[in-house]
Amino acid sequence: MVMIDPTKEGRFGEFGGRFVPETLIPACEELEEAFRDAWADPLFIEEFHRILIDYGGRPSPLTECYRLSEQLGVRILLKREDLNHTGSHKINNVIGQALLARRMGKSRLVAETGAGQHGVATATAAALFDMECKVYMGQVDVDRQELNVFRMNLLGAEVEAVSSGSRTLKDAVNEALRDWVGTVENTHYCLGSVMGPHPYPWMVRTFHHVIGDEAHEQCLKLMERVPDVVVACVGGGSNAAGIFSGFAGTEARLVGVEPAGGAAVGRGVPGVVHGMSSYLMQDEVGQVQEAESISAGLDYPGVGPEHAYLSSVGRAEYPSVTDQEVIEAFQLLCKTEGIIPALESAHALAWVVREAETLRDQVVLLNLSGRGDKDVDQMMEVLGTDNDQ
Amino acid sequence: MNLKSDVGRMETSLRAKRDGGGKLLVAYVTGGFEGWETAVEAAAAAGADAIEIGIPFSDPVMDGPVIQEASEIALAAGSTPASILAAVPNLDTGIPHAVMTYYNLAHNPGHERFAATLADSGVDAAILPDLPFVESGPWREAAAEVGIETILLAAPTTPDARLPELCAASAGFVYAVGLLGVTGERSTLASTATEIAHRCKTVTDKPVLTGVGIGSPEQAVEASEVADGVIIGSAVVRQLLDGHGAEGVGELVASYRTALDAG
Repeated sequence: MVMIDPTKEGRFGEFGGRFVPETLIPACEELEEAFRDAWADPLFIEEFHRILIDYGGRPSPLTECYRLSEQLGVRILLKREDLNHTGSHKINNVIGQALLARRMGKSRLVAETGAGQHGVATATAAALFDMECKVYMGQVDVDRQELNVFRMNLLGAEVEAVSSGSRTLKDAVNEALRDWVGTVENTHYCLGSVMGPHPYPWMVRTFHHVIGDEAHEQCLKLMERVPDVVVACVGGGSNAAGIFSGFAGTEARLVGVEPAGGAAVGRGVPGVVHGMSSYLMQDEVGQVQEAESISAGLDYPGVGPEHAYLSSVGRAEYPSVTDQEVIEAFQLLCKTEGIIPALESAHALAWVVREAETLRDQVVLLNLSGRGDKDVDQMMEVLGTDNDQ
Repeated sequence: MNLKSDVGRMETSLRAKRDGGGKLLVAYVTGGFEGWETAVEAAAAAGADAIEIGIPFSDPVMDGPVIQEASEIALAAGSTPASILAAVPNLDTGIPHAVMTYYNLAHNPGHERFAATLADSGVDAAILPDLPFVESGPWREAAAEVGIETILLAAPTTPDARLPELCAASAGFVYAVGLLGVTGERSTLASTATEIAHRCKTVTDKPVLTGVGIGSPEQAVEASEVADGVIIGSAVVRQLLDGHGAEGVGELVASYRTALDAG
């Protein structure tokens, strides 16, 4: 089975759809049409890939982890999305969406951000394309990610702190949607993950397909076969969707790792929020719950609808790991390979470490979705500054 | 003959008043906010033709700051769909009631169960702003089965091609969204308010009420020159947030009533 296009109603199985106020339905339809049109246009695709190469630094390397592999008894290959411009896979999506916004004649981008990675990436694309940019960020995240707020300001974006609800990522999405309801005529909502109303989950996955495509080719070149396991962390699920899409048609086992405090798929309760029908953390009457994990980028109570679908049909599995396992995996990669991973990406490694026994002698491709520079402050607080750590 | 598919109480009541030459006034009150029941009764006594009872949701994407704040306060006070709906049968208003909430609160218990709960509570209609027409089929069917009218929103951006279908599917009335934006008062009436009401009126005979952005009795009168009436929400809820209680709500609704009746 491969990751197929959604139905014309935007469904992956029973999941997906377009659950947004009527005001936004025409904008979603316009976006879908523009995306279909652009993705059938060789000039658009050529420009997209050219920018990803010349500006974004693609292709990202595939790194064989000799020391870590020996220690775990599992052959580990890292897809190095951490080496992209702006430090994560997010750049693929924002370049695609900014090109599309320009094609639709929209001169303003709005975005939501949690830790700030997608906000920084969107601000970057807005600077590159000379667009106005406003980023919504929960007050809680603004307070703990001061540097990223300043980065966005340096890039010319306006950051608005959101003080409604839980004042985190999910409320930033609400506020971005509210902005878009009022500004839809000149504004494109540059959504940061494979979530939201159709066509976003499909479109964002398509812009990240390049991760899976490259990795597939790199694996064939390296070992003339695909890996046994492909693993990635899942919040909304964009980096996982990107790498999975290169292997969904193979025999490879697909594993999306959620944080224990944000296991939307793991808990398996269907729900509807932020424009999509998917799995959703909610209380017994349907109020959306807050996710809590060590990584702000995975603090999201929902998950992209295609992941809900892949889970429901058994094509991918979605285990979760604890903050403590993540902290250990983070340190392990630093010490064995000289790579400081994003805390998000460390979730994927934490699962590999835990399952090392059952994965013995297998080849595991791990999507290292981002670099950990942004997390150094936080880890200093967690670990202390003792050199023996 | 299936009685359940007949025109419901909301539409019957609003049509009768409209056809008698009156302008319609619907007032929104956030359920679960302290004193909301008496506020609802005060709004009815002051001349509202129907009431919208908000069931607060954690992520109200269609609402502006005023209703968001009231919703958060009501949620923090422990209000739930069940606690609010349990109070509805005791409301002494004599006019139809709609609930306004978000789709996940209907999705979670399941369409049939949620619709039945509404019907059992004496609610006549439902407004689910994040369940647009294109996604609303299964819910509308389940709701109609127990006599709940689903009021659909028509937006300034809704294309002409879809508007007739949308208006035909809406039950109770057609909610013409007055502007591009979320709920909240504005200092002037947007030009989109009369445009969308006019577009709806040309394709449906159902009552068309304009809501979102109505900020004064004067704007209500202006909007009602084209529409059959207006929905006021944030202005009402502000009375509660500012501590003016049911009395403040009554006075506010009366000022709109007077203006609309004077035309």
